[in-house]
Amino acid sequence: MNTVPWLTILLLVPTVAAIVVAAFPRRLATQAKQLTLAVTLAVLVLAVLATFAYHPKRAGFQFAQHHDWISTFGISYSVGADGISLVLILLTAFLVPVVVLSSWNEFDGDEPGGPVDGGSLTGTHDGAPGSGVGSGGSDGSGGSGGGSSGGAVAAVGAPAGGGGTAVLVAAPPVSAETVPAEPVAAPSAAAPRQRSVPVFCALLLALEAGLVGVFAATDVFLFYVFFEAILIPMYFLIGSFGPVKEQAQRSYAAVKFLIYSLLGGLLMLAAVIGLYVVSAEHLAHGTFDFAALRQLDITPGVQKLLFLGFFIAFAIKAPLFPFHTWLPDAGAQAPVGGAVLLVGLLDKVGTFGLIRYCIPLFPEASDWFAPLVLALAVIGIFYGALLAIGQRDMKRLVSYTSLAHFGFIALGLFAFTSQAGTGSVLYMVNHGLSTGLLFLVVGFLVARRGTPDIGAYGGLAKVTPLLAGTFLIAGLSSLALPGTNSFVSEFLVLVGTFTYNKALAIVATTGIVLAAIYVLYLYQRTMTGPVTHEANRLLPDLSLREKVVVAPVIALIIGLGVYPKPLIDIIRPTVTATYADIGKSDPAPTHPVPAAQSGGHS
Amino acid sequence: MSPAPVHYAAASGAFSLSWLLIALPLAGAAVLLLGGRRTDRFGHLIGTLAALASFVVGVVLFAAMLGRDGDDRALSQHLFSWIPVNGFQVDVGLLVDQLSIVFVLLITGVGTLIHIYSIGYMAHDPARRKFFAYMNLFLASMLLLVLGNNFLSLYAGWELVGLSSYLLIKFWEYKPAAATAANKAFYMNRVGDVGLAIAIMLMFATVGSTSYADVFGAASANVIGYGTITAMALLLLLGACGKSGQFPLQAWLPDAMEGPTPISALIHAATMVTAGVYLIVRAGPIFDETQAARTVVVIIGAATILIGCVIGCAYDDIKKVLAYSTVSQIGYMFLAVGLGPAGYAIGIMHLLAHGFFKAGLFLGAGSVIHAMDDDQDLRHYGGLWRKMPITWATFGLGFLAIIGFPGLSGYFTKDRIIETAFDKGGTSGYLLGSIALLGAGITAFYMSRLFLMTFHGKPRWSSEGENARHPHESPVTMTGPMIVLAVGSTFAGGLFVLGHSMQDWLEPVAGEGVEGVHTFSPLVLTLLTLVVVVGGFAAAWLRYQARPVEATARPDSEVTLVTVAARHDLFANTFNETVAMRPGQYLTRFLVWLDLVGVDGFVRGSAAGIGGLSGRMRRLQTGFVRSYALSMLGGAVLMVGALLLVWGG
Amino acid sequence: MNPANYLILAALLFTIGTAGVLIRRNAIVVFMSIELMLNAANLTLVTFSRIHGTLDGQVMAFFVMVVAAAEVVIGLAIILSIFRTRRSASVDDVNLLKY
Repeated sequence: MNTVPWLTILLLVPTVAAIVVAAFPRRLATQAKQLTLAVTLAVLVLAVLATFAYHPKRAGFQFAQHHDWISTFGISYSVGADGISLVLILLTAFLVPVVVLSSWNEFDGDEPGGPVDGGSLTGTHDGAPGSGVGSGGSDGSGGSGGGSSGGAVAAVGAPAGGGGTAVLVAAPPVSAETVPAEPVAAPSAAAPRQRSVPVFCALLLALEAGLVGVFAATDVFLFYVFFEAILIPMYFLIGSFGPVKEQAQRSYAAVKFLIYSLLGGLLMLAAVIGLYVVSAEHLAHGTFDFAALRQLDITPGVQKLLFLGFFIAFAIKAPLFPFHTWLPDAGAQAPVGGAVLLVGLLDKVGTFGLIRYCIPLFPEASDWFAPLVLALAVIGIFYGALLAIGQRDMKRLVSYTSLAHFGFIALGLFAFTSQAGTGSVLYMVNHGLSTGLLFLVVGFLVARRGTPDIGAYGGLAKVTPLLAGTFLIAGLSSLALPGTNSFVSEFLVLVGTFTYNKALAIVATTGIVLAAIYVLYLYQRTMTGPVTHEANRLLPDLSLREKVVVAPVIALIIGLGVYPKPLIDIIRPTVTATYADIGKSDPAPTHPVPAAQSGGHS
Repeated sequence: MSPAPVHYAAASGAFSLSWLLIALPLAGAAVLLLGGRRTDRFGHLIGTLAALASFVVGVVLFAAMLGRDGDDRALSQHLFSWIPVNGFQVDVGLLVDQLSIVFVLLITGVGTLIHIYSIGYMAHDPARRKFFAYMNLFLASMLLLVLGNNFLSLYAGWELVGLSSYLLIKFWEYKPAAATAANKAFYMNRVGDVGLAIAIMLMFATVGSTSYADVFGAASANVIGYGTITAMALLLLLGACGKSGQFPLQAWLPDAMEGPTPISALIHAATMVTAGVYLIVRAGPIFDETQAARTVVVIIGAATILIGCVIGCAYDDIKKVLAYSTVSQIGYMFLAVGLGPAGYAIGIMHLLAHGFFKAGLFLGAGSVIHAMDDDQDLRHYGGLWRKMPITWATFGLGFLAIIGFPGLSGYFTKDRIIETAFDKGGTSGYLLGSIALLGAGITAFYMSRLFLMTFHGKPRWSSEGENARHPHESPVTMTGPMIVLAVGSTFAGGLFVLGHSMQDWLEPVAGEGVEGVHTFSPLVLTLLTLVVVVGGFAAAWLRYQARPVEATARPDSEVTLVTVAARHDLFANTFNETVAMRPGQYLTRFLVWLDLVGVDGFVRGSAAGIGGLSGRMRRLQTGFVRSYALSMLGGAVLMVGALLLVWGG
Repeated sequence: MNPANYLILAALLFTIGTAGVLIRRNAIVVFMSIELMLNAANLTLVTFSRIHGTLDGQVMAFFVMVVAAAEVVIGLAIILSIFRTRRSASVDDVNLLKY
């Protein structure tokens, strides 16, 4: 057995770094960023090393560690990795440095709009950093205490002015105010309190640590603790680092996100305690240990209740229709890096929980609820896609596409075939990459132009060809074109579902037409045609830093599309074992090819 | 196909290099796209060289294949494992056999010529490098499509050619029409792709594999139920219709003419749109088992022939006429392959001949458009033959080939389709034969109209004044490929028919065509066809040569209902908009509203409800100490009461 | 003498005290009523102590007395300071802490 405690190291490094970085004074912003980048890259290297140390063929959890924590209640610090959690940890370790680098200049007050588009552009439409006066009280931990209670009021009162209305109002909601920002006020009068870069970095690191913990935990209580802990950095990322001008909307979004997640978390807590009670009845003493809980033979009635507790929490987190309405608001109000992490990683906790906890712990209940979940998944595919087509705000649009993608993931998980399950887990990784890239590119656009409103763009392919190309690649990956990563996972999900239930798979497959529409329609509106706004003519193309940010993501998108075998080999044994454990096996082909006839290697 | 197990030998020797066919253009595309502006100066050369190198590899493989026995020519090469999940094992592998090598030669050969042509045609375009990159990407995708040895590789190629086609249609993406046309093409192709994807899933669920060897083995062993195999065939057909612009998914193809003309020639005439025909021939073992699906194929083919012909007569845009002519010619191919093994080889022959003459026609059209300052309206042409003799000659040969002038390739291939259709026998045979014959007549009419309006008659342009035009012959990079294609259009058909060469070559793949009983003797039919074609030509002559042509088309109110319908694509777009687009838009709007007011409204409503409730409840905090004391007392009394109730009982 | 009588007396005193707290407005009188309730409780404790023959109740009564003494000190101080600012000893005048 390997003695290197990989997971604990992966957990500790960002935690320690988060504390250190948080203690940095504001003037050391650059150093804080450099340290953060270094640490996150180190985590990536460690995660890759851990992957090499992992033996896919070996059953059970690897790198396992176990220390008593609250022994009275059988709570322990125990971590371990299987194929599913390992790839998600790998994704986490990959995306966080990308996000750090992509947000490099986002909060630099000294050089508004980043180094690339200073000068002439600063005054005209990039008034964002300069106008931070109004949001002075909202930065970092200082405003946190008041932020949550004040936000609670906003949650009630905001509907009228909140992000929600942006969709229906015919006129572009944000751009109208942002574009003609007073040009005089921006550079000279800009001596307001800037948002703290070290705090931002610390929050990212804390989020990374929390995510590693949530994927690595093998103690249900520890999982719950991490599950709730990651809400805190995300709450501040949305509430304090969202768009400067939309303070009401972003507190609304942050509080909505928090309350939604807490509600789910509460139900899960009840179910976690319920599990403990059940285990105490079955075993000599109660336990939260996943491996032990898995062996329990819970009565179906209790299973259904506990399943619901977990499922609703995960369905909110993922999110599945109809628990999704926090996502567009949070996605639109989070800073770009935050949005990437939110949709790319945080939401994966939900789908991860479905396959790690819901299905193995409550097999009968999973079976019983499967039709409901599958129905929600298919509805989500269409609902998310159609709503994405109808959006005018790019960030909301991308959030809604994620709803459709999570539909595919849930569909695959509850089809109970190894193909669909493997496809779903692979989809989690791929969705992180493709939607992550999409959010990054949208972020580049917003950083240049100051608004996520689609109407403010048009014809950019001629002005910024590289940006447009990246946008298209991200979009193509999102619509699952063969040759990109998502195709492999989406097809696996569909083919696996088909063997389980033909009608469902056929209906879901028609969703790929809608995927083409929402991606290419967005591309058409933003990138093609003549340049309609004069301000767009001067937009700079990708800077070197931005190229460095997107290049590895694009490389992975294409690499995993052509050769996904390494990841599949890690995921497949775990997924197969999970389904085998609950007594599900792949349906055999109706007319299999006789072994002798099977020509060639196929 | 014989019911014997399908087996492909492993590739060795020269054939183990077949991956180079795909890799070369792919590398070209990668170099051009990643190289950026640094490769602007010589990018077109790299692109052309990559295409040429791929063609050379194709020729070498073809020569090597000639050296092998007829039954031993299908070679499968395993490259790497793509998606291995327990029972679902998909590899990336290539299958080089008689059918795919023919396509390889067509794709790389015509592709290379069009690359050369584009050097001249796109000389003044600042994004020429990107154009060549996309063309190389297209070649690689198309080669993957025809070379894959399983259905999923085919599907990958299938969607990637869709992508290349999308990229190239919207190549001038600052034109909104081009961007819209590209999106339309992609959407409609995706509708077809859904069919293909579901067909592949059905294959996996039924056979447990997606490789040609296994699926065809099971199909010819008759182990799959009739319903299943018919469903499979119909789903494949849906995919084929999408890609090949067949009824009811034909509306995207004419719009795709917004792309640069070389693209119309390469993708939307010679190669990509014929992928549907390839798919049906490739999946022959499946279609052979189901008469029902085959009947649908012929019906679609016949319907599309007429649709394409009728609309082709109404348009004044030179490229749109050629586009609808493509639609109807592919209809002929569908008709042929729908007739079963007897028609497979003939369909493929027509496909190859069509690849030559239609590419030649498009390149000629491009040359004309180039000379006329990007004006595509036939009514603005006329008398161009003096100004551009080479274009006139090559275009003329292509024109004669497509209408089936005796001795040219269309004569050999299209007449054979008509003949085979009649030979089907029975009422359906007569019906199909008559439609094909009628189609030949209309084809002769609209192609003659096109040819005469462009090159003959009085010039309807002037070299002076505001709209001065100075037509001139195109440079040699453009005329060269046109000449080669014209030669091909002239002789290809004869070559295929000579000594049954094509049918014999394809026989191991397509199966042996049973020589049916002739309904009419070939001579009678040939004469009949000739009469119809001459009739079509004469009608065009009388209408567009003997009388002067108006410089503007007559308004809709003055022409017959049929013409109005034809001018509006037989209302196909209107139909799509009414049935799919508008309801979709309304649904989207409704859902956006529902999400905001319904789903999110519920969420915000509960938040507001709780807020309102606490607003009421806080009124209980009056600030009077005495009332707090009273409620404490009440609480204490309640507790004591409850305790008494529990213990007292 | 029957110890139940002491209990009845304690109950009476407690009731009087409660009524005083709820009805009277003068802070001093309310305060005295609270003392009355505390002492009623003390009487009950002592009585039960006597009935059961243990010292627990008496010990508890001492605790209550100590707490009552401390409470008187703080309570009177608060009342005094309120009176200084508001010139009133009515509890109803001190109602700012509401809603």
